[in-house]
Amino acid sequence: MSESTVILTGFLAAAVRISTPLLLAATGEMINERAGVINLGVEGAMLAGALASAVGAAAGGPWAGVGLAILAGVAVAGLFSMVAILARADQIITGTAVTLASVGLTGTIYRRAFGAAGPGLSLPTLGSIPIPGLKDIPVLGPALFDQPSLTYIAWLLVPLAWWFLFRSWWGLALRATGESGDAARASGVPVRRVQTLATLAGGALSGLAGATLVLAQVGTFAEKMTAGRGFIAIAIVVLGRWHPAGVLVAALLFGGASALQFALQAMGLAVPYQLFLVMPYGLALLALAGAVGKARAPAGLGK
Amino acid sequence: MNGSRLRPLVTAGLALGSGFLVLAVGLTVAGYDPGLALGALWRGAFGSWYALTSATLVRAVPLIVLGLGVALAFRAGALNIGAEGQFYAGAIAATWVGLHVAGWPTPLAIGSVLLSAAVAGVLWIAVPVFLKIRFGVLEVISTLLLNFVAEAAVSYAVTGPLQEARGVYPQSDAIAEVARLPVLGGTRLHIGIVLAIVLALVLRVVFVRTRIGFRLRAVGLGPRAARVSGRIPVTRVLAAALLWSGAFAGLGGGVEISGVSYALFQNLSPGYGFTAIAVALLARLNPVGVLATGLLFGALEAGAQGMQREAGVPAVAVSVVEAVIILVVLLADVLARRRVAAPIADAPADARAS
Repeated sequence: MSESTVILTGFLAAAVRISTPLLLAATGEMINERAGVINLGVEGAMLAGALASAVGAAAGGPWAGVGLAILAGVAVAGLFSMVAILARADQIITGTAVTLASVGLTGTIYRRAFGAAGPGLSLPTLGSIPIPGLKDIPVLGPALFDQPSLTYIAWLLVPLAWWFLFRSWWGLALRATGESGDAARASGVPVRRVQTLATLAGGALSGLAGATLVLAQVGTFAEKMTAGRGFIAIAIVVLGRWHPAGVLVAALLFGGASALQFALQAMGLAVPYQLFLVMPYGLALLALAGAVGKARAPAGLGK
Repeated sequence: MNGSRLRPLVTAGLALGSGFLVLAVGLTVAGYDPGLALGALWRGAFGSWYALTSATLVRAVPLIVLGLGVALAFRAGALNIGAEGQFYAGAIAATWVGLHVAGWPTPLAIGSVLLSAAVAGVLWIAVPVFLKIRFGVLEVISTLLLNFVAEAAVSYAVTGPLQEARGVYPQSDAIAEVARLPVLGGTRLHIGIVLAIVLALVLRVVFVRTRIGFRLRAVGLGPRAARVSGRIPVTRVLAAALLWSGAFAGLGGGVEISGVSYALFQNLSPGYGFTAIAVALLARLNPVGVLATGLLFGALEAGAQGMQREAGVPAVAVSVVEAVIILVVLLADVLARRRVAAPIADAPADARAS
């Protein structure tokens, strides 16, 4: 294998791995945005999921961590739902406040549970599960078939979300709610319930995204470790045009932008590392500028 | 005093009470001594002359200046969630200028530092303004994303072009003496507090007495109606509100460099840009109210440090108080709106129409 093939193979595998939490969170946010709810609390749900997964994994192994992370994500989304959907307060500001609350809560709990200095917490993590045969496909094998289980789950959710949104009755009701709450209500759809359930589902996936970050990537928790990934997930939904396949492609694009760091370092390019840090955010802005004009958001989004 | 004038105070009291209740319950559940912790919070904020001036008021200054900026944008229905980033843009510019003005007359040096900070804030928010006008990108997301870019820019600046001369620590050298704001003897309180009060009063006059204030409110209450009326250049009002908002936030960063830290480093702001949202909302976007809520949140931030020192409670816990305050204010607004006009409440102030 030539050197460039090695770098490319590593790059693709890293891109898929890094994009997994983004894909999960964005798929969740897409579902609630399709129901007309824009939830800036994704970032908070993801952060809560990350801490919950660390606590759960430390106590009962990685899968206990995954379960606890989903619950934490649902709880954060539940707080958002109560204020923004049931009481109908401004969704943007509610989401911001919910994220702020998560930052405070996770920071406090983390320091209380694991000590103020935050010593390198080592957790049982989810190793990758190579799929025999397929993983040996050149270049693409390691990227697609030698990944942690949560990556496979994230990818399986893509067709599942598509089927749910576009082929099931509930998906139809959900999309109708997002396009016009009044029309949906008139035809008998329980609008608030649909929006609440969609938001809770979004929260569950955001929590799972946080767990992925901790258990399948970093292996530990740090304060504010999500570093805006939840907000990037919102940009991914826009770039992916509120469609599961589009969201997958957009998430991979962002994963790729981050993975480029390692590839360029491997090629011996010396660039300030901050440039790589800002790349996903810059890309998100460019993507929004390019995508918004053409794609159409659900008509009732945020109302 | 009639009911509608009293209501903001009642709401504020309720929000504050809820915030502290949640904090006290949370501390108890977490196994801290809530009495000790809340006492430490009080002492850290108001326990002595030094605590009041050098902890509370010093933190109130950036919160007031940023809170005014946030209120300005929110009045027009433009949600600037990026005050944190604009603060850092201002801080970078102020530091750079502050390092180059040695030997200048003091007023000119300070003026240049603060002006460059405000301009940097404007430039930083100009990107979201352009994206909003040209491509319809929600300013909420674009201003938010730029916060992370600004933090990376600070990180780059203090390890690269602005790093201190020996190149050891990730921070800048101290700015020239002439570029520093005068300080009240024996304390850390600087003249920026006067600037903050003046800005609040000016903004109050602009909001209440001028056509600009009327336009801001008209656009904030309903951009579509304002546009249809034909008398109000909605896009221009929105852009101006956001750009001025960025100027305030950038200025806040400059004042922090010139009055408090004298140098740039990472985490210069403990999240002032986000707290400023709570400051503005709790004040109901009223500039004079921002003076009060800025002071309150300054006390909260100062008290949080005291709580961490004395009771071992992580300072970040007060973020929860801030979040509860925002949520309660939102809920109180919803209730008030329902009472006023039940059917119309289905169409809230159209803040996110792009």
